[in-house]
Amino acid sequence: MAERRVNRDRAEDDLLPVYFARPGTADQLPRQKYGGLFCSVEGAFESKTIDFDALSVGQRSSRTPRTVKPETGKEEMRSPARDDRSWTGAERRGGKESAKIEIRSSCGKEVLQNLEDEKSDRLLIKGGRIVNDDQSFHADIYMEDGLIKQIGDNLIVPGGVKTIEAQGKMVIPGGIDIHTHFQMPYRGTTTVDDFAQGSKAALAGGTTMIVDHVVPEPGSSLMEAYDLWRQWADEKACCDYSLHVDVTHWNDSVKQELDNLIKEKGVNSFQVYMAYKDYYQMTNSELYEVFTFLAERGGIAQVHAENGEIIAEEQARMLQMGITGPEGHVLSRPEELEAEAVFRAITIASQTNCPLYVTRVMSKSAADIISQARKKGNVVFGEPITASLGTDGTHYWSKNWAKAASFVTSPPLSPDPTTPDYLNTLLSSGDLSVTGSAHCTFSVAQKAIGKDDFTQIPEGVNGVEERMTLIWDKAVTTGKMDENMFVAVTSTNAAKILNLYPRKGRIAVGSDADLVIWDTDSIRTITAKTHNSAAEYNVFEGMELRGAPLVVICQGKIVLEDGNLHVTSGVGRFIPCAAFPDFAYKRVKARKQLAVLRAVPRGMYDGPVSEFSMSRGGTPSASARTSPTKQPVRNLHHQSGFSLAGNPAPCGPPTPDDIPIRPAGRRIVVPPGGRSNITSLS
Amino acid sequence: MSDCRRQWNREDELPVYLAGPITTGPNQRKSYGMFSSVEGAFESKTIDFDNYAVGRKGSRTPRSGSRERLLDTGDEAIGKTPGSSPARERSMGNSPGEHDDAHAGVEVRYPSGKESTDGASEKLLIKGGRVVNDDQSLYADVYIEAGVIKQVGENLVVPGGVKVIEANGRMVIPGGIDVDTCLMKSFLGTQPVDDFFQGTKAALAGGTTMIIDHVTPQPGDSLLEAFEHWQEAADKKACCDYSLHVDIPQWNETVTDELELLVQEKGVNSFQVYMAYKDLYQMSDSQLYEAFSFLKQLGAVVLVHAENGDLIAQEQRKILRMGITGPEGHPLSRPEELEAEAVFRAITLGNRVNCPVYITKVMSKSAADTIAQARRKGSVVFGEPITASLVTDGSHYWSKNWAKAAAYVTSPPLSPDPTTSDHLHTMLACGDLQVVGSAHCAYSTSQKAIGKDDFTLIPEGTNGVEERMGFVWDKAVAMGKMDENQFVAVTSTNAAKIFNLYPRKGRIAVGSDADIVIWDPDIIKTISAKVQQSASEYNIFEGLECRGGPALVLSQGRVVYEDGKLQAQQGTGRFIPCKPFSDYAYQRVKFRNQVNAKQGVTRGMYDGPVYDVVPTPKYKTPAPSAKTSPTSTQPPPIRNLHQSNFSLSGAQIDDNIPRRSGHRIVAPPGGRSNITSLG
Repeated sequence: MAERRVNRDRAEDDLLPVYFARPGTADQLPRQKYGGLFCSVEGAFESKTIDFDALSVGQRSSRTPRTVKPETGKEEMRSPARDDRSWTGAERRGGKESAKIEIRSSCGKEVLQNLEDEKSDRLLIKGGRIVNDDQSFHADIYMEDGLIKQIGDNLIVPGGVKTIEAQGKMVIPGGIDIHTHFQMPYRGTTTVDDFAQGSKAALAGGTTMIVDHVVPEPGSSLMEAYDLWRQWADEKACCDYSLHVDVTHWNDSVKQELDNLIKEKGVNSFQVYMAYKDYYQMTNSELYEVFTFLAERGGIAQVHAENGEIIAEEQARMLQMGITGPEGHVLSRPEELEAEAVFRAITIASQTNCPLYVTRVMSKSAADIISQARKKGNVVFGEPITASLGTDGTHYWSKNWAKAASFVTSPPLSPDPTTPDYLNTLLSSGDLSVTGSAHCTFSVAQKAIGKDDFTQIPEGVNGVEERMTLIWDKAVTTGKMDENMFVAVTSTNAAKILNLYPRKGRIAVGSDADLVIWDTDSIRTITAKTHNSAAEYNVFEGMELRGAPLVVICQGKIVLEDGNLHVTSGVGRFIPCAAFPDFAYKRVKARKQLAVLRAVPRGMYDGPVSEFSMSRGGTPSASARTSPTKQPVRNLHHQSGFSLAGNPAPCGPPTPDDIPIRPAGRRIVVPPGGRSNITSLS
Repeated sequence: MSDCRRQWNREDELPVYLAGPITTGPNQRKSYGMFSSVEGAFESKTIDFDNYAVGRKGSRTPRSGSRERLLDTGDEAIGKTPGSSPARERSMGNSPGEHDDAHAGVEVRYPSGKESTDGASEKLLIKGGRVVNDDQSLYADVYIEAGVIKQVGENLVVPGGVKVIEANGRMVIPGGIDVDTCLMKSFLGTQPVDDFFQGTKAALAGGTTMIIDHVTPQPGDSLLEAFEHWQEAADKKACCDYSLHVDIPQWNETVTDELELLVQEKGVNSFQVYMAYKDLYQMSDSQLYEAFSFLKQLGAVVLVHAENGDLIAQEQRKILRMGITGPEGHPLSRPEELEAEAVFRAITLGNRVNCPVYITKVMSKSAADTIAQARRKGSVVFGEPITASLVTDGSHYWSKNWAKAAAYVTSPPLSPDPTTSDHLHTMLACGDLQVVGSAHCAYSTSQKAIGKDDFTLIPEGTNGVEERMGFVWDKAVAMGKMDENQFVAVTSTNAAKIFNLYPRKGRIAVGSDADIVIWDPDIIKTISAKVQQSASEYNIFEGLECRGGPALVLSQGRVVYEDGKLQAQQGTGRFIPCKPFSDYAYQRVKFRNQVNAKQGVTRGMYDGPVYDVVPTPKYKTPAPSAKTSPTSTQPPPIRNLHQSNFSLSGAQIDDNIPRRSGHRIVAPPGGRSNITSLG
């Protein structure tokens, strides 16, 4: 096996120099001439299948002779090559004791990469345990120009490399927050976190890419809104970003714009709303059309799933009852309505054979519906958000209006305190696929717009910064989820859904150098005083969470280190998402081929036909109803096609006897010479 | 044990004729009380297992044996006096020589010997039957006078001149109630071939003694007029008692007045709303919400035709475009998911409004599962599978024979999954589904042929009123899924309870209507359009064998069906008014109403800074068609600082500084609210 692999590796080597490897492939590395035995990826696989010690958490073992050998051999080989490095066993041990990440640049000065103005950013993470969604293994990572260039042991790296000693800590792909609303306009104001502030908070939390929602006003151009968002984000974003576009109304011009967005603008996911009656809400028919359209073009249909019509009724009822505080929000949007809409969306998606993505899964019942549908084979993804995974809706009843209002988001947090736990479990089991934050922060003053009417409270909670930590704390440290699943739900799945994989969401050669060194042990308390968002309130206030990013590398630059954030506004790039992501569309495509409907070939029916009055489909009115008992003309013609209403003319005169409308109790006998078999059983 | 029971009997001194209609109280006791009817029933229930064998009254135990012997003396079973022979009846069984009915048939004897079946105040005694109600089975005689059950028990004291029906140990069950028929539902101006006469005749032949028909006004019609039209037609033609559901074709203000009138004065307590038939009957979610709320106030049961009409319309268009015009397009355009989706939505609405929801025509597994899940969560929801969905499946839509395929067209369509009917029976047996209807709406082939070139025009409806009881017996009871009591529950009792007819209908008890069926579990017949009562030329159950059927049917105390002979009389059916707020549906709802009262949180008024909302922000341009909505309305321009509940715009004196993002709010000086406690 190993031999075969080596052979193949060699063959590919010859064909494709590493630096030309496309970002899309998890391709092979350059081999050292002297043998390929310790070449990086090879070694990685080996450690997966054989060297179990290397897989144990937090330590790089050397118990098996095999691993020891390379270590020692490496050292010898390496020292001549890189004199600048003083990596000795002793020092390494010392480093372990301090259990701190150590960053050294080649020149010895402790300057951060992005502050010094070098042309090429070369970084080496040594001694880390790489955790992808499928496996964990010990390997070093060498990055250059914002890309991962090599992975493995004993990497050959050029001089002038800054080295990070990971000390056996986890190195994971940077998080992808698939749902944010930075700088979102709301009735003339915008959310307090703009792209700079928001992406800064994201980076502080270990998230190196965000996907923001473009929310055009109903009736306005999607394309213009998209351009506007692009402009804002390009100016300010500190990390890479992509965009979802919300489809807030539906007509032919929107169709055209969608087409453009998919084909030219790198957007492959579009959100539709089932709530916000008379505003964003779409009817079932429109949803059907949107989904059909997206299924053809390879887009992902995202859906805000709540039954807007019932909500409107309930809101009116609550206000009538005199409930105007934030508790009215959750009372008027019970979780059943969320579940109902999820169910409906899944039905529509399954009819149209379109992959469905349910944003903001906030309640147990909605999550259950999703997991049931997945069991039935529907292509549906559920996205719980930080808030639903971390807190619950009991706070809506807080006596403190500002506190209660700060939890207002839609769908609301469920008042059931077991919800977060449940959602974490489903996330661990894979029934829910990705996590977002739905970060959409308003200041208390903005929330106070709705101080006398809960329906006016701007909706949104924070969460972009807390997302990764919270999942680690709630799911991984509780033993629900392993670290690989953690990577899957925080980044990999999102990248797959958006068709960014493996550029994002994986540590592999050719991937973007968005990495996080994760500290599983750090404990911190969430508070609005120290968070990076501009909001003065944090819905997770006071929670103690274990696990935090120690070092965050974004685009190959260190942005977080030792608790210091060094971000640069405007460096974020727009990452275009291609249509037809395999993760969602492979199954859809296969089904499309299967689901061909065929008519049954039959002899034409040529028996008698009752005459009838055409009132169907048009506007049936009282007057249209003909008296049921009247004895009318009938159409005996064979090819009457669709024109059913108005062709009594060619009919033969009805003879009361041989006819379609029989007196009750009479049986129809074989129509003489009829081709059809209607009478075979009568 | 028997000692104390005897004591209890003696204490119970209530004379039979004073027993209220609801109680199945003990009947006239003999002084020594030993063999009194209900007592005996309990005994046979707990001890005498022989008595439980179907179709015969065992006599292996000494007790019943002695009864048998005694019975010989009581041959002239008429005019028994309280003091006469303690046991009775038993014309069959161990003493075949006594009566020579070696065949297990039902025998009707008349005191005068004449075989007259009419007579308004007919007196009837059903002897030797096993009375099966939904809660228990017991051996008892049933005495009927003037169309009402007067006595139930053993050793009844009956006046002379009574016609005696020997049930020979067969089951005596309450007549079936078919909760869903459409005998006058016009489609594009044509009427079903089974009108109230044909339909009720077929019902009686199948052991169903009451139907509840759907009044189906067209949009724009007056509900009241339609109701009267239906009632008039039914009064003229119906051969059995009937009630009416009224369908609400559209929701508007005028409808509400009529609904109120119908409930309060006309005796209608159930209304159907449609989630399908786009642009025709379909209601939006908001309308459904309003309709549910309104009907709940009236105490009515909401029947829902649950299918997602929007999607159906889309699918129909798609399928017609693909060139599929035959009946197979019908199920293709109405996949069962759409049914399940609508059921889910209807239940959600019902939960929100706290209103009982009744799903008509449960045709698919997924819809039934949705109902079962909702019931498990506590929703007040009832499911009604119909004969067609319980017996056959949707594979016939692909028949090469157009007429056959078209005959199966109904909405929601039969599921092409052949395991559906089994699944539905199982759920019926375990109580997840409650009642069985037939949705009998028979169109002739020529009427179905209206849609010969376009499946969307095929009139929808299948037969089933006649086969309903037989097939539930055949598929559920004879298969061991269901017991006879549950059989009674799903064919009559539950329906009577839901529509508030219980215990007048759906139970054999003193005071109940004499709608009684003597059920023969051993009859085997082959369903065929040739022998059916319905006027349609096609039977979708054609060729199926069915075990179990009525041996004799009593409607309003008259024998209307006996040994395969139907003696129905047109126009004898009475309209049975249904009162609102049936306990079965509304008891839970009432309690929930009290529990669910919502309360706001009392807080100090927020007096911190408020962001100044631009009255007409540039982002506030709702969609062209948009009306105002609670989520997005901008507030009225002027506001009252103190009592302002809704007005949100306009500047406060102390709040003219627009905040910018990133700005923290510090504690407002002297503010009453606690906004900053955590900020």
